[in-house]
Amino acid sequence: MMMSSSFNVFRVWISFIMMGIFYKSTVASLPELSPQKYFNTLQPGKASLAYFCRAVLKHDLLIYTLCLKCNLLKVNCVKEDTSRYCGKEKDLMKAYLFRGNILLREFPTDALFDVNAIVAHVLFALLFNEVKYIATMEDLQNIENALKGKVNIVFSYVRAIGTPEHRAVMEAAFVYGTTYQFVLTTEIALLESIGSEDIEYVHLYFFHCEQVLDLTQQCRRTLMERPLTTLNIHLFIKTMKAPLLTEVAEDPRQVSTVHLELGLPLVFIVSRQATYEADRRTAEWVAWHLLGKAGVLLLLRDSLEVNIPQHANVVFKRAEKGVPVEFLVLHDIDLIISHVENNMHTEEIREDEDDDVEGPDMDIQDDEVAETVYRDRKRQLHLELTVELTEETFTATVMASDSIVLFYAGWQAVSMAFLQSYIDVAMRLKGTCTMLLARVNCADWSDVCTKQNVTEFPIVKMYKEGENPVSYAGMLGTEDLLKFIQLNRISCPVNITSIQEAEEYLNGELYKDLTSYSSVSVLGLFSSTMTTAKEDFTEACNYLKGYVITAIYSEEDVLILSNKYGATLPALLLVRHKEGKIESIPLSSTHVQDIVQIITNALLETFPEITVENLPTYLRLQKPLLILFSDGGINPQYEKAILTLVKQKHLDSLTPCWLNLKNTPVGRGILQAYFDPLPPLPLLVLVNVHSGGQVYAFPSDQAVTEQNLVLWLKKLEAGLENHISKFSVLFNTHSSAFCSINFKL
Amino acid sequence: MGLSAAAPLWGPPGLLLTIALHPALSGRPHRDYCVLGAGPAGLQMAYFLQRAGRDYAVFERAPGPGSFFTRYPRHRKLISINKRHTGKANAEFNLRHDWNSLLSHDPRLLFRHYSRAYFPDAGDMVRYLGDFADRLGLHVLYDTAITHVTLDKDQQAWNGHYFTLTDQKGQAYQCSVLLVATGLSVPNQVDFPGSEHVEGYESVSVDPEDFVGQNVLILGRGNSAFETAENILGVTNFIHMLSRSRVRLSWATHYVGDLRAINNGLLDTYQLKSLDGLLESDLTDLAILKDHNGKFHVTLKFFLEEANTNQSADSITLPQDDNDNFAMRVAYDRVIRCLGWNFDFSIFNMSLRLNSGSAFGKKYPLIRASYESKGSRGLFILGTASHSVDYRKSAGGFIHGFRYTVRAVHRLLEHRHHGLAWPSTMHPITQLTNSIIRRVNEASGLYQMFGVLADVILLKENATAFEYLEEFPIQMLAQLETLTGRKARHGLFIITMEYGKNFSGPDKDVFFYDRSVGHTEDAWQSNFLHPVIYYYRHLPTEQEVRFRPAHWPLPRPAAIHHIVEDFLTDWTAPVGHILPLRRFLENCLDTDLRSFYAESCFLFALTHQKLPPFCQQGYMRMQGLVSTETLRQHGVESRLLRDYATADRPLKDSSQQPGDHEPVGHHLAPGSLVQSLDSSKEEL
Repeated sequence: MMMSSSFNVFRVWISFIMMGIFYKSTVASLPELSPQKYFNTLQPGKASLAYFCRAVLKHDLLIYTLCLKCNLLKVNCVKEDTSRYCGKEKDLMKAYLFRGNILLREFPTDALFDVNAIVAHVLFALLFNEVKYIATMEDLQNIENALKGKVNIVFSYVRAIGTPEHRAVMEAAFVYGTTYQFVLTTEIALLESIGSEDIEYVHLYFFHCEQVLDLTQQCRRTLMERPLTTLNIHLFIKTMKAPLLTEVAEDPRQVSTVHLELGLPLVFIVSRQATYEADRRTAEWVAWHLLGKAGVLLLLRDSLEVNIPQHANVVFKRAEKGVPVEFLVLHDIDLIISHVENNMHTEEIREDEDDDVEGPDMDIQDDEVAETVYRDRKRQLHLELTVELTEETFTATVMASDSIVLFYAGWQAVSMAFLQSYIDVAMRLKGTCTMLLARVNCADWSDVCTKQNVTEFPIVKMYKEGENPVSYAGMLGTEDLLKFIQLNRISCPVNITSIQEAEEYLNGELYKDLTSYSSVSVLGLFSSTMTTAKEDFTEACNYLKGYVITAIYSEEDVLILSNKYGATLPALLLVRHKEGKIESIPLSSTHVQDIVQIITNALLETFPEITVENLPTYLRLQKPLLILFSDGGINPQYEKAILTLVKQKHLDSLTPCWLNLKNTPVGRGILQAYFDPLPPLPLLVLVNVHSGGQVYAFPSDQAVTEQNLVLWLKKLEAGLENHISKFSVLFNTHSSAFCSINFKL
Repeated sequence: MGLSAAAPLWGPPGLLLTIALHPALSGRPHRDYCVLGAGPAGLQMAYFLQRAGRDYAVFERAPGPGSFFTRYPRHRKLISINKRHTGKANAEFNLRHDWNSLLSHDPRLLFRHYSRAYFPDAGDMVRYLGDFADRLGLHVLYDTAITHVTLDKDQQAWNGHYFTLTDQKGQAYQCSVLLVATGLSVPNQVDFPGSEHVEGYESVSVDPEDFVGQNVLILGRGNSAFETAENILGVTNFIHMLSRSRVRLSWATHYVGDLRAINNGLLDTYQLKSLDGLLESDLTDLAILKDHNGKFHVTLKFFLEEANTNQSADSITLPQDDNDNFAMRVAYDRVIRCLGWNFDFSIFNMSLRLNSGSAFGKKYPLIRASYESKGSRGLFILGTASHSVDYRKSAGGFIHGFRYTVRAVHRLLEHRHHGLAWPSTMHPITQLTNSIIRRVNEASGLYQMFGVLADVILLKENATAFEYLEEFPIQMLAQLETLTGRKARHGLFIITMEYGKNFSGPDKDVFFYDRSVGHTEDAWQSNFLHPVIYYYRHLPTEQEVRFRPAHWPLPRPAAIHHIVEDFLTDWTAPVGHILPLRRFLENCLDTDLRSFYAESCFLFALTHQKLPPFCQQGYMRMQGLVSTETLRQHGVESRLLRDYATADRPLKDSSQQPGDHEPVGHHLAPGSLVQSLDSSKEEL
């Protein structure tokens, strides 16, 4: 590009030289000179900026940054040097500008706060004669009058000296300073008096004085509307240099002017012989208004060979290649201006978006629930399978029949994701369930929800006649809710009335269809006089309602059962249906919470298959997990080895479990986090979930035997094994890239 | 509902109690709360006091409630909208478009059951207020005109003094707290020579027949002036309307007290040159002369002062004598004054130090943003008279605004005198976005009292939970802790509704092209009423609130977020509204507020030390969200979820995005989800 080459000139011309009395910066690539040498190297006509300091100041780096772009010398100033520039303490905060060996100016270094400031200040000093700094309207008037008929003026207002805008203006002045008169001000009053709007911003005007012949006439002014950058000023001045209006008689598609090269559109005013004079006046008017924004041409239609649409009076050609020209019919001159400006506008916005790194991410949904629900928005759910309740119908409905009610909000993604599972439940229960499945959209009926104490969504509540509503506290998914509803079909606890019934209960016959929902059944055995114990047990059962099957037996002949199962009253009998085992637990304590705890613990298995659903239950034990990852069913030998260790109490401080990748495919994601590359399965891993998150792998070259395992665990305990991986500490703040959005004040 | 009939008001038990406490004041019944006036504001306060079981009484000089409405507006048409259909069932939302109802728990007491008219008749309001007082069993003493209010110092009293109210029969009542809801009842009069010839809005005929073929001059430019003009527009020769300032159109100022479109027929005929017209002049410079024909001439006070006192009216200089095309050179048959109302200060003793405000607030008593008088503690101004707080800004001078400010005052009192903290709800941080979205979509108090009442979210330690307070008067923000009894130690969010900063004004073109904003990036430039969320790390100080930037409702926050304005005022769009809000909140709190399926939480639980709050508070408590097969499929398609079932080979794949880089020292599943979770502030 032509522009960059002209700017390179001055970068070669000036060299910045650093002199440090002792210079300890890590910036090692700076050429170094002593002061003596430095002054000897000063060539006539060549400018240099010298900067003196005793210690490394923050400016070093700034100057260094700048100097990366130019010839750079570093001068070593030794202690005994008596140069007046490095001798005096107070001068250490100053920089000096030399042209040849003549000192042009000195700057306090705090004025050179950044690269922009340095360039701006240096150029300002060097171009002292070329750029007029003015402070009053009178000054401007005088300059304008003096230059009428001679030279055009570039007048700019910047908020302060040393700003990036100031630098841009000075760089432009450096290039164009001999062609135009540059005038600079920092006085806002001056700007006000020439009638600028938005005076808090920088402004740059081009005063068209060259063609003014009548000295009483004011120079026409054109305001540069784009932001004040070196490139924009360059483009602006270029367009000012271009002819105001060009006449053409060729195909608009072929026409090219400097405007197109500069990325500006072309506007052709279509003219006929008959109206030529008027058209030319129009075109000139338009040209003045679009100066700096577009090129304006007069297209002589009559001498044109190609055809253009009959009624078109304006042709608009964009700078972008490959965009077809537009033939427009505009009946108002202002429409031409606004058409151009509107098109420029969109262009600028596009530019902004490109600059804005965060831009594209802003709109991208990164919430998996919100995104999946949104993607599913057009699918019709079978909402008719559930009853929609309103403020009017709610109370009557839940009073009339046992109901499950889902409280949700139509606009909330989590609610809507769960609504799908809820509808699935309704589908599964269709025609078989005595319980009414209903829903309340809290976005519509917020009063109903508030009255039911629902302040979050989604919430499921069960309303049964004569009972307080129960909030569902399980997983928000089809299976778990189904289990909750099914188990709630029976009372909690079930009152068993005969030994025979009790036996049927224990062998799973009584609630055959429910045992698949509850792997354990509980039977509380009490003698009829144990009133408090019975009450506590009943309350505990109530607490576990919907999660486990419970029953109570306290008939006269309860001793038959207690004797049979070796239990001392009061006691619990636990049935594990899968294994067909019945164990008895004495109820020494009868606190409700203790009973709940006993039953909850009983639900835990010694060597469970870990799944998405049950992991939190096992994590509650606060022990490291010993996980066997298996692709499919577990190897019986491994299982046996681990169960043996469990029996021998070697694994008491751990939670041994296994994970079937077939049932829980996400386990693969976990392995990928732990291993790279992934060793062959099965894999035995110890995960220290609660403290530190270290992950240890059982050596895959060893056989999983009891001895090897014990040995490995001992080594681990002694700290002799290295962890293969560690949990990621970093979580959250994924959105930190969005700081700037909407923080505008 | 189960409300019992009004209890005997000044029965023996109350009397005995006061005698026991204050032997010296025997015969002077005591009430904790005395409400002056049984208009909408007085009844609204009575309702809240009644529900809270407080000892209160309302004093009303008329035989029934809402006596203002028995007479005004003179032409009987209320200009508060009675929108009976919105297409929505949400009762709170519907209150946004019901400008006449008072707040109560009884859905039968909604104004839409009282009138079918969009602009209802004032008689319906009287009937409604009567029902409101009766059905709720509010304690109102009718036919009791309080003629004098004094203040008596007493160490024992809640506020260090009692308010003593004396009625027309000389009966005195002693009150701990005085709630003045007397409205603006004194017609505003401007004193100028000839003002005795002027008829007042309060007494002028409402029969158009009386104006047939007349030249009418109306002084004033408010809704009452235009309402009067509207009534006679078709029968007069012409109507001229004169006032000091230019007309302020409510649709340009977004202030309901300015001229409403329903009354602006005269603007139409003026601009179409159909003889009616508007003029601006300071009324205090004018004089009205009555000539020998009984017609009225407008002249300047200045000419009158120049003239000899015994000169006849006909010979006094008129402006047209010098200036023969003077606009008001015609003679008028009638001059009508419609200049609004002032607060009645006359019954309050000096000791109460109840003063009028300065400048344009002269017609209102001087109060704080908490509606408490600046002069005496325990004296609150409610209703129309409290409008100085948001005059020409919000709706505090109207039923649909002050029903909420009355509730705010009641909440302040409940805390001050009964130790009940401002009502609030506690939520886990995962509900933060939801709580805000819910309120901005339905809250009517925020919507009507924009810029005045705001919701406050008080964060708990480490931002794991928050407390939600509704409709707090934001100018009192610095005093939040003492006024509400809630603690703001760990940062707070304020939710307000606002119009664009430079959008509203009497001279503004509110229909300009590009007036509305659609893109979320430009949300801060939204012009129409939209939610704005302010974030503060600390409760702002009184100084900060007082010296906040001009036109800002609040001091400069640590961060601010505008939810982009919405044509339907429905701010539930997942990407346009909720996502930017969530990102803003996450940024302020430095946390992750996304929701996750159980499977993702499972993965995090075994690979990350710290889980996002949604997993911590849901999945880890065995309440994870299970995805359905359809949703999981969408997740895989959107690449937010990974399909592990089919991904058999070890992954080192292209889903790693440029710019994402793995933290050194550990390897993670490269799914884009995990990647995005791992990028953190420290790394950037």
